Amino acid sequence: MAGVSMKDIKLRIRSMESTKQITKAMEMVAASKLRHAQERVQQSRPYFEVLYQAVSDIAASNREFSSPYVQPVQGGKLCQIVISGDRGLAGGYNHNILKLAEADRAGRDCIMVPIGKKSMEYCASRGLPLLTGAYAEAAELSVSGCFTMARSLCKAFLAGEFSEIHLAYTNFASMLVQTPCVIPLLPLPMPEKPSESQPARQMTLYEPGDEAVFHSIIPEYLGGLLYGALCESVASELGARRTAMDAATKNAQDMIDDLSLKYNRARQGAITQEITEIVAGADA
Amino acid sequence: MATYHLQIVTPDGLYYDGEAEKLIVRSTTGDVCILAHHINYVTALGMGVAKVTIDGKDRRAACVGGMLSVHEGEVKLVSTTFEWSEDIDLERAQRAEERAKEKLAHRDTLGDQELALAEAKLKRALIRQSAAK
Repeated sequence: MAGVSMKDIKLRIRSMESTKQITKAMEMVAASKLRHAQERVQQSRPYFEVLYQAVSDIAASNREFSSPYVQPVQGGKLCQIVISGDRGLAGGYNHNILKLAEADRAGRDCIMVPIGKKSMEYCASRGLPLLTGAYAEAAELSVSGCFTMARSLCKAFLAGEFSEIHLAYTNFASMLVQTPCVIPLLPLPMPEKPSESQPARQMTLYEPGDEAVFHSIIPEYLGGLLYGALCESVASELGARRTAMDAATKNAQDMIDDLSLKYNRARQGAITQEITEIVAGADA
Repeated sequence: MATYHLQIVTPDGLYYDGEAEKLIVRSTTGDVCILAHHINYVTALGMGVAKVTIDGKDRRAACVGGMLSVHEGEVKLVSTTFEWSEDIDLERAQRAEERAKEKLAHRDTLGDQELALAEAKLKRALIRQSAAK
């Protein structure tokens, strides 16, 4: 009896060890990719900040203009862009972002732009209407891809296909913390009216005109925003995967330790029994 | 010459951050030159060669898309792509030009999107070459 269970335990330990090797390897791959992704996030941040500043300056200094990009429309269709990962085994990363996106669009007429394989599969399984399914691979989307996408989104927005665009992505706060969030892209969220106590705003010259500048900047701005969100999401995915795989490796080690203890006990039990049998045989 | 603080940023990172004397870029309506003490100014950029004068020396670059903003003496050039002339691979640009021209030679077989793409590629290749020379 003891022999059979010893063999079983040995087998389980061996399979656990190979699982541990795999999770360890995945953790290391994620960690090395994460370094690149993090660099990309840091490099794209100044671009995005400057662009954001410029757009909000224009919007703040010019309250009277009637660009369709800033007009809020009540009860129109919502276009939701959801950036997820291409692969699983990243802890709660994909689940969290998809759940948040679901809560955001609850009860609204919605058209989806999934980015990443997981988000694509999710939309397909729920039967959600897609605006485009061309962005199945989040990791392969480049800067120019983001700009093309932003331009086509702006076009569709101006054509009135939908009245609002929301972007769901995961913010890379740190190696250990990634927070999923939803931000409104269009119409532009207007800053609060400046209070009377603030100094009078400075005059700025727009060439050829503020609306013309605004209109040519908006697609750029959206492209930049998308690219920034994509960089953050990719880094978040890798961070989440690294953490998840680290935990899996630790769990595997715990199980191996536990099983080794059981194995040794079983071995000792078998030896004791054998001795007892020999002694009993000699006595007889 | 008086200098001002110039920042050049693209999605790939910060390309220049420091003092400059003069900046010439192509906006959607034509070339503009920015000197120190310029009025607050915002314009959208077209495709063209940018010239930056730093310490009396000219540096050329290919600059495509984005915007230029001057705010209280701080100048920010935010472009989609920005390449200093020394970073441009001239041979690659020439090859890209040939490829684009080849494609445009059969323009009636191309779709609208392909045509626009090929034209943009040709334009970029030409700008790169003129910036590198």
